[in-house]
Amino acid sequence: MSTHVFKPDLPPPTLSVGVLGWLRANLFSNGFNTALTVLAVYLIWLMVPPVIQWAVLDANWSGTTREDCTADGACWVFIQNRLQQFMYGFYPLSQRWRVDLTVLAAVLGAVPIFVRAMPRRWIYAIGYLLVYPWLAFWLLHGGLGLQIVETSQWGGLMLTLVIAVVGIAGAMPLGILLALGRRSHMPAIRVICVTFIEFWRGVPLITVLFMSSVMLPLFLPEQISIDKLLRALIAVTLFEAAYIAEVVRGGLQAIPKGQYEAAGALGLGYWRMMGLVILPQALKLVIPGIVNTFIALFKDTSLVIIIGLFDLFNSIHQATVDPAWLGFATEGYVFAAAVYWIFCFGMSRYSMRLERRLHTGHKR
Amino acid sequence: MTDNAKNHTLGDKLMIELQGVNKWYGEFHVLKDINLSVRQGERIVLCGPSGSGKSTTIRCINRLEEHQQGRIVVDDVELTSDLKHIEAIRREVGMVFQHFNLFPHLTVLQNCTLAPMWVRNMPKREAEEVAMHYLERVRIPEQAAKYPGQLSGGQQQRVAIARALCMKPKIMLFDEPTSALDPEMVKEVLDTMIQLAESGMTMLCVTHEMGFARTVADRVIFMDRGEIIEQAPPEEFFSNPKNERTKTFLGQILNH
Repeated sequence: MSTHVFKPDLPPPTLSVGVLGWLRANLFSNGFNTALTVLAVYLIWLMVPPVIQWAVLDANWSGTTREDCTADGACWVFIQNRLQQFMYGFYPLSQRWRVDLTVLAAVLGAVPIFVRAMPRRWIYAIGYLLVYPWLAFWLLHGGLGLQIVETSQWGGLMLTLVIAVVGIAGAMPLGILLALGRRSHMPAIRVICVTFIEFWRGVPLITVLFMSSVMLPLFLPEQISIDKLLRALIAVTLFEAAYIAEVVRGGLQAIPKGQYEAAGALGLGYWRMMGLVILPQALKLVIPGIVNTFIALFKDTSLVIIIGLFDLFNSIHQATVDPAWLGFATEGYVFAAAVYWIFCFGMSRYSMRLERRLHTGHKR
Repeated sequence: MTDNAKNHTLGDKLMIELQGVNKWYGEFHVLKDINLSVRQGERIVLCGPSGSGKSTTIRCINRLEEHQQGRIVVDDVELTSDLKHIEAIRREVGMVFQHFNLFPHLTVLQNCTLAPMWVRNMPKREAEEVAMHYLERVRIPEQAAKYPGQLSGGQQQRVAIARALCMKPKIMLFDEPTSALDPEMVKEVLDTMIQLAESGMTMLCVTHEMGFARTVADRVIFMDRGEIIEQAPPEEFFSNPKNERTKTFLGQILNH
């Protein structure tokens, strides 16, 4: 009997690994891709230096009025001068610490949720989600010893964040319930959910906001007046919930029947089956879709301009038409774009991290 | 394999009783007047060609499928559309599936502790002790912290058995537990099932492993086209099948 001698493992060819290998595989794999690479490099060379020239090298960084903007480049003095307004809107100067404190409380309060070593993390997270909204409302709106600040004075990035966070926090649970309802075996529940989803998906957000602000008061008796911001918040939440519902339903449909059967066979009832087995898997699958919706929501908050709320975008827009600063619209919109981009990119990066962390398939 | 697998006495208590059970999928009559009684500690193997209704039969016992006519009584509780009854029965009946159906987002240990903690309200520490006990019994305690996707098919199926056992069920149902496994992994799963049979568990197995049927079954049931054609102790069933259909079937699966 002869014994088979296995061949030893050899290193791969040098041109297929390392920097050279990466360049070859990604940029110069064939003639067409090489041409594209050269073209892209040319375009970058054409565009990037002038932008840097304008935004950094030739820019005006310090001063107090437009007269200080003497160089050829961007006038960031304008942004510096109006930054407070962009952040807080017309929130009273003396009370702005309350907004800062609200943000600080949100961040500090949320930190333990992301510390994986913390015991009873879930209970803490639920407690945080139940307590924080009341705290935030009290801090921002006032009452109980704090000066009342009407929502009409809220504005800037702070208002954008309020709409986005309330929209996300409200749309997520409502969307999940709608998705479950749409797949329910009970016809009445299914019909209600389908009708709700299809109604909200069928109308543009701008129409919904318009209706909430212009039409709704016509239908309500005169003595009842619902806060304008509250109406916008409800509109955004219901609108986005319909989108989230369809994204989540996509995830639910991807879960094999065997998972439902295994959970059922172990004696888990409907809510435990959904909460412990089905939804954790379904939501993980649709993280990209959910984050996509949230990013769209974040940017759509700028639509509240049409009902006269001064969110970040509207604040900047108003500043650009101020006679004292006419002619600096570009700087204003570039700044707006940068702020929106930072938040949206942040959400996108976090979702990628989350996906990697929750990936349990072949972690070796 | 051990010889003492067969040396046991059956309890007098009826654990499962099916009386005149009928079921249709649309127009298709899948189960035709099924009558079956299973005593405590009894081990039953169901076999038959595909589409014969054997899987459907055991899936009716824990209501993964709904029967339309007849009575099913499990551990003195009748299966009706009453959710309380269904959940009470599912707590006492463990099931192992052809495709394992482990929860991929949970570790092996979490797969095993989930139901005891959330259905039996067992404290976490106790549930983990129970889980480790059964993981040791299926001989994979060292895999407790891994995710199902990191295990081989045979290991996954043994975890699935441990997961079902953690609920301390009175009855175990096996739905073709080795059919999706690579050949070299079939034995480790069958050994686990034999060991379970030796502990006195009431078992219903849908399987084509006739060696397993010979070793542990008290009774082998042959089904075809939704009917029970023949049932007998394995010695008699294999050496002297009475029905023509059974002979053909055994000829097909044993002669190669």
